[in-house]
Amino acid sequence: SALAAAASAGGAPTSAAGAGGSALPRSLDAGGDAYARSAAAMDRLLSDMRAEAARAAAGGGEAAAKRHRARGKMLPRERIDALLDEGSPFLELSPLAGHHMYGKEHVPSGGVVTGIGRVRGRLVAVVANDATVKGGTYFPITVKKHLRLQEVAAACRLPCVYLVDSGGANLPRQADVFPDRDHFGRIFFNQARMSAEGIPQIAVVLGSCTAGGAYVPAMADEAVIVRGNGTIFLGGPPLVKAATGEEVSAEELGGALVHCTTSGVTDHLAQDEAHALAIARDIVGGLGGGGGGGGGYGGCGARWDEPLYPTEELGGIVPSGRQPWDVRALLARLLDGSRFEEFKSNYGKTLITGFGSLYGMPVGVVANDGVLFSEAALKGAHFIELCAQRRIPLLFLQNITGFMVGKRYEAGGIAKDGAKMVRAVANAAVPKVTVVVGGSFGAGNYSMCGRAYSPHFMFSWPNARIGVMGGEQAASVLAQVEEEKHARAGKQWPAEEAAAFRAAIAARYDEEGSPYYASARLWDDGVIDPADTRRVVGLSLAAALNAPIGDTKWGVFRM
Amino acid sequence: SGAASPPARPAITKLLVANRGEISCRVLATARRLGIPTVAVFSEADRRARHVALADEAYCIGPPPAAESYLDADAVLAAAADAGADAIHPGYGFLSENAPFAEACASAGIRFVGPPPAAIRSMGDKSEAKGVMSEAGVPVVPGYHGEDQRPARLADEAAAVGFPLLVKAVAGGGGKGMKIARSMSELPAALDSARREALASFGDGRLLLERLITRPRHVEVQVIADAHGGALYLFDRDCSVQRRHQKIIEEAPAPGLSQELHAHLGEAAVRAARAVGYVNAGTVEFIFDCDSGEYYFMEMNTRLQVEHPVTEAVTGLDLVELQLRVAAGEKLPLSQQQLGAPRGHAFEARLYAESPARGFLPCGGRVRRWRVPPAAAAFDPAAALRVDSGVAEGDEVGTFYDPMVAKIVARGEDRAAALRALRGALAGTQVAGLPTNLGFLRRLAGHAAFEGLELDTGFIERHRSELLAPEPVPLELAALAAVARCKLQAARAAAATAAAGGAAAAGPWAMADAKRLWLPHARPLEMEAGEGGGEAAALAVTYLSDSEFEVSGCSPAGPLRVSHVALALEPDAASPPDQTAARVSAQIAGRRVSADALLYSRPSEEVLALWTAAGEAREFRWPVARWSKAAAAGAPAGGAVATPMPGKLIKLLVEEGEAVSAGQPLLVLESMKMENTVASPRAGRVRLGTGLHAGAQVEEGQVLLHVVAAEEERRGGGAEGAPAQAAAAGAEAA
Repeated sequence: SALAAAASAGGAPTSAAGAGGSALPRSLDAGGDAYARSAAAMDRLLSDMRAEAARAAAGGGEAAAKRHRARGKMLPRERIDALLDEGSPFLELSPLAGHHMYGKEHVPSGGVVTGIGRVRGRLVAVVANDATVKGGTYFPITVKKHLRLQEVAAACRLPCVYLVDSGGANLPRQADVFPDRDHFGRIFFNQARMSAEGIPQIAVVLGSCTAGGAYVPAMADEAVIVRGNGTIFLGGPPLVKAATGEEVSAEELGGALVHCTTSGVTDHLAQDEAHALAIARDIVGGLGGGGGGGGGYGGCGARWDEPLYPTEELGGIVPSGRQPWDVRALLARLLDGSRFEEFKSNYGKTLITGFGSLYGMPVGVVANDGVLFSEAALKGAHFIELCAQRRIPLLFLQNITGFMVGKRYEAGGIAKDGAKMVRAVANAAVPKVTVVVGGSFGAGNYSMCGRAYSPHFMFSWPNARIGVMGGEQAASVLAQVEEEKHARAGKQWPAEEAAAFRAAIAARYDEEGSPYYASARLWDDGVIDPADTRRVVGLSLAAALNAPIGDTKWGVFRM
Repeated sequence: SGAASPPARPAITKLLVANRGEISCRVLATARRLGIPTVAVFSEADRRARHVALADEAYCIGPPPAAESYLDADAVLAAAADAGADAIHPGYGFLSENAPFAEACASAGIRFVGPPPAAIRSMGDKSEAKGVMSEAGVPVVPGYHGEDQRPARLADEAAAVGFPLLVKAVAGGGGKGMKIARSMSELPAALDSARREALASFGDGRLLLERLITRPRHVEVQVIADAHGGALYLFDRDCSVQRRHQKIIEEAPAPGLSQELHAHLGEAAVRAARAVGYVNAGTVEFIFDCDSGEYYFMEMNTRLQVEHPVTEAVTGLDLVELQLRVAAGEKLPLSQQQLGAPRGHAFEARLYAESPARGFLPCGGRVRRWRVPPAAAAFDPAAALRVDSGVAEGDEVGTFYDPMVAKIVARGEDRAAALRALRGALAGTQVAGLPTNLGFLRRLAGHAAFEGLELDTGFIERHRSELLAPEPVPLELAALAAVARCKLQAARAAAATAAAGGAAAAGPWAMADAKRLWLPHARPLEMEAGEGGGEAAALAVTYLSDSEFEVSGCSPAGPLRVSHVALALEPDAASPPDQTAARVSAQIAGRRVSADALLYSRPSEEVLALWTAAGEAREFRWPVARWSKAAAAGAPAGGAVATPMPGKLIKLLVEEGEAVSAGQPLLVLESMKMENTVASPRAGRVRLGTGLHAGAQVEEGQVLLHVVAAEEERRGGGAEGAPAQAAAAGAEAA
């Protein structure tokens, strides 16, 4: 029960910790038929997602894992488990990265596991190559995911631990991973910049670190290497032989002893992986005050109230059809004590704004409850200004079909009002977390802090849909254009052809709008179980609050 | 007491206790109760020992080895002189049966709380003692101790002694030169072989003959005599249950004997005491032949015995008080008739720091946990439940002295009630940090044959396999242990972070539920139940929340759900940082289970001790990878030779760089009064650590040297440059 959960978490069920405001009503009949239908639909989505997550977690498969273990190596998630404190949560990012992106080539989790966890009581950002997936080589999505983790680490000022076991760039795809701004080289750029900002960079070499990969330990502030398995060189033995004719073993060329005793590329010699990870823990434990961030866990107090209603009920909140649903029921299962102090509740009612708290951290909530009108956008911009002024983090709950269209609204300046909200979202310098709990269409995605607005974290529910517009609308729009083309050519567009055209467009939008498609491409940081929303948002906010909140500058609002 | 003659000596004004540990505390307690100022002595190893704290003043009398401190009569007497003590209680062991010491006390004008030196002397000489007893009409084991060693004479004497008999070397000891002859026909061979061994071992071929008692019981009688001719027997005790010829469970009175026999034994003991002019407390030991019902004098211990509390329990007397009064010249305060009959029955179990699984090998270590049942009193002769101990939590039970940790004494209306009380007391006692025989005592006290009076000195040997068989760990307990381990490690990590000045994790990151998205976190756990080669288990704990877990690997029927897990940490301000204590409770298969848990680290392993509310006690251990600096600097990972236990290095048998074969002895350690030879784990070349010399103290788990295998040497000498020097430097650092 919520009370039991609060007690076990150290919360005080009856205290008035956190924000004020009155408790939201239950507003969900968990015993009713509608709830049962919704919950069943969500359960199907969840079990598909869970199966997909299990496939992703299996990495390169059983045979590869067996070979990997035979060399005294742990799988990447096991390495992370060994690195983190006992019982520490691990907020894994984008486990579905790379999902169905490369045709027959499967790159589970993008070949790299990333996330945030606790080491010696301190939050750290972890990147762990999965050598069972294509030898740990960097596909384009691998690069993107690695860079994304560094982006998170920089924004949250989290020390980075790189668990390196990679063959470097995926050679057949070098054009898509090597030269561009956000390609392989950016990893080392980020290491240098973060180090300069005082964010510790720690590398643990558990396997090969070839060519460009050699720069991960070389650019690190402190590097550990495992005797036997760890090797670092710019050119491996085959390349050396080809280039100079010199014959040399990998161990002699760039083994742990060479780098710890002769070259000085690495600093700590580990006997095995467990030893290496223990050294990494010690390094983190010894970071002292120079650990990169406040280490204050977002100012979470020891006391807070759990929501009055179980978070598990969130699975049954979304109707299986296209009916609108009450986002307040979500808030009642998300915020401390189910308390929500609504701001401007009688104005611009399709956008809900207000204050609450999560695990004692104050948060400003911006949530959709229908299509956006000018008033709603103005209210949103106003509320975001309030939060930035007060240094209160923002939580965006997206369920938006877009801005209202039509002559009256264009004439009313909805574009400039929408722009006000977009500007406010873009410039507010507080931690921002976005959860796509339903649709995320058009400019609604922008004004509600979609990926392009660099929320500190962004997650989706399994029922989420992302797109410039819905599949049917797109089909209609494109069919009209096509129809006009036919008309200009004086041709009749056969009805069957038109129907097939529409169906193809709708199908494509359907596929591209799915959370699998989105999450595979890192349009979000992962799909989450609605029941985990409170925890995930809490973990994210606390991590984001590891960095101090700066001042906001707004630019020019078009009036 | 002043009117009697000879005139009473003045009361003791200050008492020095020339001992340590439990018995020193015991004597000090009575002295304090009687208002006598007290003085303790201690060796350098015992500076922080409990007996030192209990006394009014304390004197250091030398370095740790007993021969240089507690056995140093001059040092003890010097301390007594410094303190102005006018009496010395020797306790047991050390100087308690040392006639020259008793004489030295007398000449220094200090009263020795014990018998006159002459009595110590005559009872100290076994054959003289037997002669004296024979003359006093106390039965002695039939035998021949004559000088005439001609085979014919020996055969005649053997016929008189009767078969089976023992042929023993006069100069013998340790079983050498001891043979059994079951009949006249076996005699010549037994004599020959015994004589050969005796000559070889002692250079003295003289033999003696003695009746062999095949099912002996060890029955002893407590006596006390005053200087005025008064003497009492304080009933008898049975001390038959022994291991390594040392008692571990004693009881009073000796069960299963007729009233008549009790009286006979008691009277014989008093006769024996009178025969040697005995004064003060002593014990007359008899060997009781279970087959014939006959008993024979064995020896007299001229001191207070370890097991005196069982006699105190059934008499209500404070034996130390009586000793002090007698030493002060008082008369015994009561007569044999006034003493009447024993009050019920009492047991004493001796808790030793030893490993029953390793042949009761004495062990040392730090006492991480020492808790006795709440009802237990200490050093109180009148208590129904009594635990006497010289240790406290945090103490090191060293390698220098006797490894006894405590005595657990329980009294009841009758033997059955006393045994129930003993079992309860053993179940309610918690000890951790060092191997002990507590589990063994529990099984012993719980054994049906022990309850059924199957008492003789062969008991443990006969029931060895049952008493020492590995006890399968109940599934629920294994599951609880696995979960407790995770929770305690998390709690310890949090505490360590806080202690290091780190920000205490708060909010959603502080929940120790190992939260993962989509797939729960599963952690494999290797654990071994029991100490030293116990039952190994590969478990896996899956976190479902911070209070709900699934444990697989402990039951063939599938994973066990462990829910409603709650951990109440004990405040640990005083405890060392490498240990964490808590009360853990959970619901497993519908049943609520709870236990006291203690997690602590040793040099090479982590140990989790659990004491369930139901009285089950188990230890689970798993190795902690320790990576030495030597290894990290390039020395071979294998081939490290570490000490099996703390102790003193007596002899180094190899030199730096010497080639050794697998199994070749490398060095000899002395620990707990025993010598242990450490052998090479493999063939290779010796690379010594530093500070290795005879007499060096070594810690458990300390890496003393490495045996470098040939292929590692090659590798070390080739591409790696100068790793040998690095290794040596590293070994010094480690």
